Amino acid sequence: MEPDKSGLSRSTVGDVDLIQLERSLRQPRVLFSYVMSVLTGAATIAALVPLISVLYMLIVRGCAALGLSTFAQLPPAAMTTGGGFGNAIIGTVVIVVIATVLSVPLGIIAAVYTAEFGPDTQITQMVQFAAKVLTGLPSILAGVFAFAVVVLVTGGFSAPAGGVALALLMLPTVFLTAEDAIKRVPSRMREAAIGMGSTPTQVVLKVLLPTATPGILTGVMLAIARAAGETAPLLFTALFSEFWISRTWPAFLPKTVGDLMKPTPSLAVLIYNFSGSPFENQIQLAWTAALVLVVIVLITNVAGQSLARRYNR
Amino acid sequence: MEVASDISRPPSTVEIVGDRLFRRFSLTVAVFTVLVVVYVVFSIGKVAMPAIHTYGLSFLTGTTWDPNRAKFGALPAIAGTMYSSVLGLIGGTLFGLAIAIFLSERFLSSGLEGLIKSLGLDGSSFWAAVPDWIENFLRTTIELLAAIPSVVFGLWGIFVVIPIIRAPANWLHGHLGWFPLFGTPLSGPGLLPASIVLAIMVLPTISAISRDALVAVPPKIREAAFGMGATQWEAILGVFLPTAATGIVGAIILGFGRALGETMALAMLAGNSNVLSWSLFSPANTLAALLANHFPEAGTAEVGALMYAALVLLGITLIVNVIGTFILQRADAQLKGLR
Repeated sequence: MEPDKSGLSRSTVGDVDLIQLERSLRQPRVLFSYVMSVLTGAATIAALVPLISVLYMLIVRGCAALGLSTFAQLPPAAMTTGGGFGNAIIGTVVIVVIATVLSVPLGIIAAVYTAEFGPDTQITQMVQFAAKVLTGLPSILAGVFAFAVVVLVTGGFSAPAGGVALALLMLPTVFLTAEDAIKRVPSRMREAAIGMGSTPTQVVLKVLLPTATPGILTGVMLAIARAAGETAPLLFTALFSEFWISRTWPAFLPKTVGDLMKPTPSLAVLIYNFSGSPFENQIQLAWTAALVLVVIVLITNVAGQSLARRYNR
Repeated sequence: MEVASDISRPPSTVEIVGDRLFRRFSLTVAVFTVLVVVYVVFSIGKVAMPAIHTYGLSFLTGTTWDPNRAKFGALPAIAGTMYSSVLGLIGGTLFGLAIAIFLSERFLSSGLEGLIKSLGLDGSSFWAAVPDWIENFLRTTIELLAAIPSVVFGLWGIFVVIPIIRAPANWLHGHLGWFPLFGTPLSGPGLLPASIVLAIMVLPTISAISRDALVAVPPKIREAAFGMGATQWEAILGVFLPTAATGIVGAIILGFGRALGETMALAMLAGNSNVLSWSLFSPANTLAALLANHFPEAGTAEVGALMYAALVLLGITLIVNVIGTFILQRADAQLKGLR
C-alpha cells in the first residue's frame, strides 16, 4: 500500500480500485455530486420565490381596498375613490355557468360512448385525438372561434359568445376526467348489473355514472377553476361593460335574452383593462379583483383535488 | 325465488328501444365533439380566406402591420412568438427539471431524515412523517402555480418584475450595448420581462411531467447504478436522465406548446410593437398578443388578417403538441420494455 496524491491509502481488490468507493469530498466526483445537489436545492427554492411574491403582492395590495363596497358597487371612473366590481363578479358567474351548461353534458355523454359503448372503435380514437387537440388549443384561439361563429353571426359581443369560448376550453378536461372515472368503475359492478338483466343504458345510468360521480365532479371543478381565470377568450367575445347586466333586484342576474346579448363584464377582463390604467384607483381595483379571482380559482381547484383524493382512496 | 325474479328479469320492449336510442344518442354526441374540432379550424379558415387570397405567403414575411394602409405582415409577431417561447422555455426547463430531480430523488426527505436522526428525534412517529409532509407541501405549492390565472401573472409582471429588472437591464445595455442581446435599453414592457413570466408559467408543466418520467425509472436500474458505485449525480446524469429522456423531451415540447399559445402575460408585458430585434430588452409582439390587442377594435379587413394570424398560430401549436404527445406515448412504450 502506497499513499497516492490525495493522501488516501491505495488498495485494490481484484480489478476494483477501492478508492473509487470512498465517499470523501476530496474526491472530485463526490464534490461534483455534492455541489450539484446544493445547486438543485437552490434552484427549487428560487422557483418558489415568484409564487411567494405573487401571493404577497395579492394579499398586501389586494386587501388594501377590500370591503363590502368592492362587491356591491360598479367600477369607478378615473381619479375617484371607492367603487367596486360587483357587476364583474356576476358577469364571470353568468359566463362560466353558460360554459358549464354547454360543455359538461357534452363531455360526459361523449365519455360514456368512448369508455363504455365503443371503447375500440375508430370514432373513439377520433374523439380522443380531438380531445388532445383541444387540450393544447391556445385559449385565445377559442376566443377567435367564438368570435367567428357567435359574434359575427349574432352581430354583437355577448355573454353566450364568451360562454362558447370557455366551453371549448372546458370540454377536454371534462371529457378526459369523465372517461377515466367511468373506466375505473370495477368491472364486477358492471357485470352484476348485466347479469340482472340491465340494458347497457341502465348499466350506464344506474351503476356507472353514480359510481363515477366524484371523479366526474373533480374534472368539472378543475375545468371551472380554469375557465373562471381565463381572460384571452373573453377579450373580444364577452368584451366588458361598466354596468350591471340587469338593473333589477334580485341579484342583478339577467332576466331576458336581451340582457344576455350585450357586452358582459368579467373579473379577468377587468384586471386586464385596469392593469394598463394610468390612474391609481383603477390599478388598486385591479389588484383587489386579482385577489378575489385567485381566491375563487384556488378554492374551486383545491375542492376539486380533495374530492379526487378522497375518491382515489 | 319470487323476490329474485322480481329484481332480475329480461328488459322490456320499452327498455330495449330506450337503450338503442340512448346508445345512438351517445354516438351522435361523440361524433359531434369531433365535428366541433373540425368546425373550429373550418370557421377560422373561412373568415381568414379572403386575407389568405389577398396577402398569400407575403403575410408570413411582411414586417409592417398597418390597418390604415391595409398592410398586414406577421413576421415580427411570428419571430417574437418563437423568441419569447424559446427564452421562456430555457428558464422553465432549467428550474422545472431541477425541481423534478429534487422531488423525484427525494433530496429533501433524505436531508431532513439525516437532520432528524442527528437531533435524536427519529423515534417519534410525528417527526418521521415531517419529511414526507414537507415534500407533499412543496409539490402542491408548485401545482398551485399552474392554477393562478395568467392575467394575474401579467399584473404581477407589470408591477413587480419590470421595476426589479429595469436597473440591471439598463446597466447591461450601458456597459455591453455592443452585444446584440443587450442592444436596446429597457423602457418598460419588453421581451425579457415577458419571457421571465413565461418561464414561471411553463415551469409547473415541465416539472410535473418530468417528475413522473423520473419516478417511472424502474427500481432495478436505479439500484444497479448505485450498486456499481456511482455517486448520486453520476447516477442521475448517466442513468436516470437518459432513461427518462423521452418523457422529459415530451414534457419540454408540451411546455413549448403552452408557451407559444400563452396570451395574457405577453399581451401585458411584451410591449405590443412589431419590432424585429435580437435585443432582450426591446419591446416585441407575439401572434397571441397581436390577436388580443387588435381584435376588439378591428375593422373587417383587419379581422381577416387576424384570422390568418390565428390560423398560423393554430398550425404551429398543433404541430408542436402532436409531436409532444407522440413522444410521451413512445416514452411510455419504452419504459414498458424495461420493466
